[in-house]
Amino acid sequence: MALLSFERKYRVRGGTLIGGDLFDFWVGPFYVGFFGVLGLFFIITGTALVVYGAAIGPTWNIWRISIAPPDLSYGLALAPLKEGGLWQIITVCAIGSFVSWALREVEICRKLGMGYHVPFAFSVAIFAYVTLVVIRPLLLGAWGHGFPYGIFSHLDWVSNVGYQYLHFHYNPAHMIAVTFFFTTTLALSLHGGLILSAANPGRDRTDPSKQAEMKTPEYEDTFFRDTIGYSIGTLGIHRLGLVLALNAGFWSAVCIVISGPFWNQGWPQWWSWWLNLPFWS
Amino acid sequence: MNLWLPMAAGAGALLAVASFVGTDWDLPPVDTEQIGYRGTGMYNSRDRETEAALQAANVVPPAPWEADPEGDRAGDIYENVQVLGHLSDDQFNQFMAAITEWIAPEEGCTYCHNAENFATDDVYQKVVSRRMIQMTQAINEDWTPHVQQVGVTCYTCHRGQAIPANVWSRDTLPEPQPGMAGYRAGQNVVAKFGGNSSLPQNALEDYLLNDTNIRVHSTTALPTGTNPNGTKETENTWSLMMHMSESLGANCTTCHNSRAFNDWDQSPPQRVTAWHGIRMSRAINNDYIVGLTPVFPDSRKGPAGDVYKVSCATCHNGVQKPLYGVSMIEDYVDALSKKTQTGVPDYGTYVPGETLKLEPAPEPGTTSSLAPALAPASATGERNVAAVVGQ
Repeated sequence: MALLSFERKYRVRGGTLIGGDLFDFWVGPFYVGFFGVLGLFFIITGTALVVYGAAIGPTWNIWRISIAPPDLSYGLALAPLKEGGLWQIITVCAIGSFVSWALREVEICRKLGMGYHVPFAFSVAIFAYVTLVVIRPLLLGAWGHGFPYGIFSHLDWVSNVGYQYLHFHYNPAHMIAVTFFFTTTLALSLHGGLILSAANPGRDRTDPSKQAEMKTPEYEDTFFRDTIGYSIGTLGIHRLGLVLALNAGFWSAVCIVISGPFWNQGWPQWWSWWLNLPFWS
Repeated sequence: MNLWLPMAAGAGALLAVASFVGTDWDLPPVDTEQIGYRGTGMYNSRDRETEAALQAANVVPPAPWEADPEGDRAGDIYENVQVLGHLSDDQFNQFMAAITEWIAPEEGCTYCHNAENFATDDVYQKVVSRRMIQMTQAINEDWTPHVQQVGVTCYTCHRGQAIPANVWSRDTLPEPQPGMAGYRAGQNVVAKFGGNSSLPQNALEDYLLNDTNIRVHSTTALPTGTNPNGTKETENTWSLMMHMSESLGANCTTCHNSRAFNDWDQSPPQRVTAWHGIRMSRAINNDYIVGLTPVFPDSRKGPAGDVYKVSCATCHNGVQKPLYGVSMIEDYVDALSKKTQTGVPDYGTYVPGETLKLEPAPEPGTTSSLAPALAPASATGERNVAAVVGQ
């Protein structure tokens, strides 16, 4: 891949978290770094183990391959390779590769003298995954509470775990998470539409034979002030987008970690506090 | 001053606090039972404190004494013994001592009996008790697919109370607003018998009294236009299923793999037991409970005037196997394990305080799920009218 003329300026040495100059170089467009190598190791190992698990499993159907966690009877111990041990090692590899990727992003941020917003945001996604396969199983006392690695099988797991609490839509954190997911897409679509509308103004009003001038952020702000009385502004919309998106992931983690460790009835029963409020009880 | 923002924030904060302190959170550790292949999410988690409380509340009481089956029969000694006449004198008195503890430990014998003459039927509770003994015998003989060899006794439901803790009647509150705006299809309020969800509030009436179709699941991945059931019917079923889960301290995966709720091959075997249980509850309500309506005073009826009926919770009381599967029947085998006299009197003729003897009209028959009894057609008709008027 071609190196753009200005890119060399930003390819500076240093900023590494570990290993000094070791691996402090680029391969094609990609920065490597210690965490690039470590991440690659985990990715290759983990993927190879998934393929091995598929090979000893009953099917090569891509939809139905599944690497299942151990039986609950193993508790928090290691399980034999073919009885959930594979899942345990693959989980280590997955977390290793995700965290390496985040730290590689940190190193790149340091090289460029930027804030850590991107690796922080990615960390929230990692946190949601770790909640599912580490924190909640630890709280419940068995690795078997993790979800299986398979396209269909993880959906079956989600369905069954949801129905363990009779009606998951009554889970308050699930409500908040779903609301953030939808609001994220709403904000993104409004933002995307607004930027594109400013960048693509169409024909000039007075002289339709030529293109109108691209509009500035003042026009964008005015659009939303006219529409809803307020514009969050050019920087603010990105703060809002990040807050919405991270909350979606964060509350997803909350909604599953409270299911089991902190709540074992049907979720509709959680609302007893609402039914018992003094206004109407 | 513009105070709406701090006011709204304050109200939100108060609600958040209320939700945190006002509900029944658990704390780890919890105990989980695995009921399917690993990684399929077929688990049932139980909070330890809740489970300990349930176990303490579900202890089987000992028999008053071990009864001697020899000697003269109760039917020859006492007058007006209609269903327990085959017992020995000692068995009869042992059972009467037990049933007093099970049903009316405070009130004693005179809860059911006229203190001046135990033989008369003028106390309505005695008429009800006789029918309930017939019912218990029928459950133990005809419904073994559900109760197995563990069987049931009066205590399974009553637990020392005249009215079992978990009974149901038609739920009419809150009253719908008049007119079109009040139409809420029998849902969207707190369904007391549907796990406190907003699902249909009278699902038990549809399924445990009437024979409404529970199977709403399509059997094909894509719609074929042949399944008439929509969201409303599905949520009605869901309400029943929530009731079953809450009654048993279980969850959906106890009987179903949610990837295909309908598929028996993927379902845990408990679903078969539950299938018989639904039919058993329906038969109990139709064959034994509703028929007693003329006998019960208004204080034994719900706000809509229908008698208190049984559901899964009546026996199970939050436990998957009632009383944790401990059988009480061996101490009362002769009294409760077999049907004796199955005749039903005409309860419409009963006048409390006056009827001295209520004679049965002999009418043997089975109520087993293996040979389902026909539900009375009138019940279905009334229900349809009620559905239009009341909802």
